[in-house]
Amino acid sequence: MTLLAILGVISSAIYSGTSLLYATLGEVVGERAGIVNLGLEGVLLVSAAMGVAVTGLTGNPHLGILAAVLAGGLMNLLFGYLVITRKANQLASGLATMFLGFGLSALIGKDVVGAKIVSLPRLLLPGLSALPRLYSSLFMFDLLIFLVLPAAFLIWWLLFRTRWGLGLRAVGENADIAFASGRNPHWIRYQALFVSGLLAGLGAAHLAIAYTMNWTEYMTGGRGFIAVALVIFSKWHPLRAIAGALIFSGAVAFQLLMQSSGVQVSPFLLDTLPYLLTLLVLIAWGGNRKQSAPASLGRVYLGTE
Amino acid sequence: MAQNTDTKRRATLISQKTANAVLRYLLMLLLALALFGVILLLLGKNPVQSYVDIFRSTLGSAYGFSEVVVAMVPMLITAVAVALPSRVGLINVGVEGQLYMGACLAAWGALTFTHLPAWALLPLMVFLGMLGGAAWAFFPGYLKSIGLVNETITSLLLNSVAPKIVAFLIFGFWHGPMDTNKTASFVPAARLPAFLGTRVDLSLVFALGLLILFWYVMRYTRWGLEMRAIGGNPQAARRNGIPLKAYQVGIMCMGGAIAGLAGMSLVSGYYGLLLANFSTGSGYMGFLISWLSFGDPIGILLVSFLVAIITTGGNLLQLTQGLPYAVINILLALALYIVLAKPTFIKEAKPAR
Repeated sequence: MTLLAILGVISSAIYSGTSLLYATLGEVVGERAGIVNLGLEGVLLVSAAMGVAVTGLTGNPHLGILAAVLAGGLMNLLFGYLVITRKANQLASGLATMFLGFGLSALIGKDVVGAKIVSLPRLLLPGLSALPRLYSSLFMFDLLIFLVLPAAFLIWWLLFRTRWGLGLRAVGENADIAFASGRNPHWIRYQALFVSGLLAGLGAAHLAIAYTMNWTEYMTGGRGFIAVALVIFSKWHPLRAIAGALIFSGAVAFQLLMQSSGVQVSPFLLDTLPYLLTLLVLIAWGGNRKQSAPASLGRVYLGTE
Repeated sequence: MAQNTDTKRRATLISQKTANAVLRYLLMLLLALALFGVILLLLGKNPVQSYVDIFRSTLGSAYGFSEVVVAMVPMLITAVAVALPSRVGLINVGVEGQLYMGACLAAWGALTFTHLPAWALLPLMVFLGMLGGAAWAFFPGYLKSIGLVNETITSLLLNSVAPKIVAFLIFGFWHGPMDTNKTASFVPAARLPAFLGTRVDLSLVFALGLLILFWYVMRYTRWGLEMRAIGGNPQAARRNGIPLKAYQVGIMCMGGAIAGLAGMSLVSGYYGLLLANFSTGSGYMGFLISWLSFGDPIGILLVSFLVAIITTGGNLLQLTQGLPYAVINILLALALYIVLAKPTFIKEAKPAR
């Protein structure tokens, strides 16, 4: 096995893990405010379709990213209207959002199925230009990859170092007490869901505009559910989410590595790895989990009427 | 006599409430149809024509009606698979995975015991299917009963694992000589018999029988009473000597077994073979149907029927309007959104004091 093969594997792991990390970060923000969004899969699909459609229409991938991000935010606001204003059950509303995403994305993407689009330009990692071209081409990343780690740190800073984040987490722990201390749980939850949708949109944009570079129905292939699992795995913490996404993309990379060295491991079995690891971690934590999950996750805030 | 008038007044109040509920749901459905009509209009399609076509192709002919029943059967079974555990306060989001494992084991039976006659093979497949689903549900139920992990999270995680195991088995070992993503067709003995030249098969009997059994057990047996007690207040039930943990594990496995039966019916009846990724969300649909009908057997039947009409209509939208099949999910989601948003069209009559 050559150095080149290993580097190639790492490079492809980074590519496949980026969309997942954005989506996981988004779900972390939502769940920290007490809202679990099972409709993430549908939100990702709509954003991806929107991104491809707008990129195809305008020929400008940056506009496509913008459209995908806005679509994600709007989808989450729609979901938020149900679970925040109408106080509906979060699991059922999430699944309804998933089905809406299936339908809406098929509609948006129907004219661009399989069409090739202008992809996001790739830039060389600074300082690597001296390398031979064969190597340096492996580290040509697009803008969204360069931004994903700063985004994780930004979310961490927002959640744990600002008043906004304190209020958001307070609502996720106990909305009544947050209300009593002068915060508006409904307004904060809408903000959290909107930010969460923007991040999901970024993830979908990277998946569709930079990674697969086209649109097919159900193209996210369960990434939304992986992200929901990774949020638990990362104990609702944005920085641990980086590790979670690395484990998933690591499984993909491992599979490629195995293939390149001639060992056959079923890709399907490797795909189950992130779920099984999350399960094991949950079991290992046992009772401790209660201290890390937001206390009122999934509960409806009924208000004070 | 005062008591008599009181019961009478209460009876009229109850019938008025049912009438209001029916009216509310009808209005919600109309609203969903109107909103989807606007979307069709924006796409340059004729909504009235589309609805007439959908109605004609589903309820307008005997064959169309049979296709609605075909779509309804798995929804009925998966909805019961969610409704039963919900009676003891367990949230079974894992029907999708349990369905896959049931289908997987049933298919193994069909591919292995090809020499058996139908009267032996079909019951064996039913047993295997239920075993597969129950095994997949055992984990979440057990982990919940010892207070370790919430069943919602575990069953959701296992949902994503099951289809990959099925895909692994098909691509690696079971695929037919001509295909890579599906097994060879089952032998005729492994197929559920269909009725009168339609695609409605014996699983309809399973589904209706299950629904009646579910209603009877909940209403007239000791188990039903104890389950309702657990659902009402688990700690009080435990202190009254009801074996809480045994119920939690047992009922979760039972829900899984029912979901496995749905998987078995799909592979043995509808498909006649095992296909990788054959279900896109029918388990989740069962969750929504059970949730919308509050786990009530009659409600499950009605809601499944309506949803089946909508999903069957999707085929037609694809054929005559040139829209992707998945677009019908929008109508479905709109209806769900409107029900979830609980709009108040009518002021509810306050009981007379």
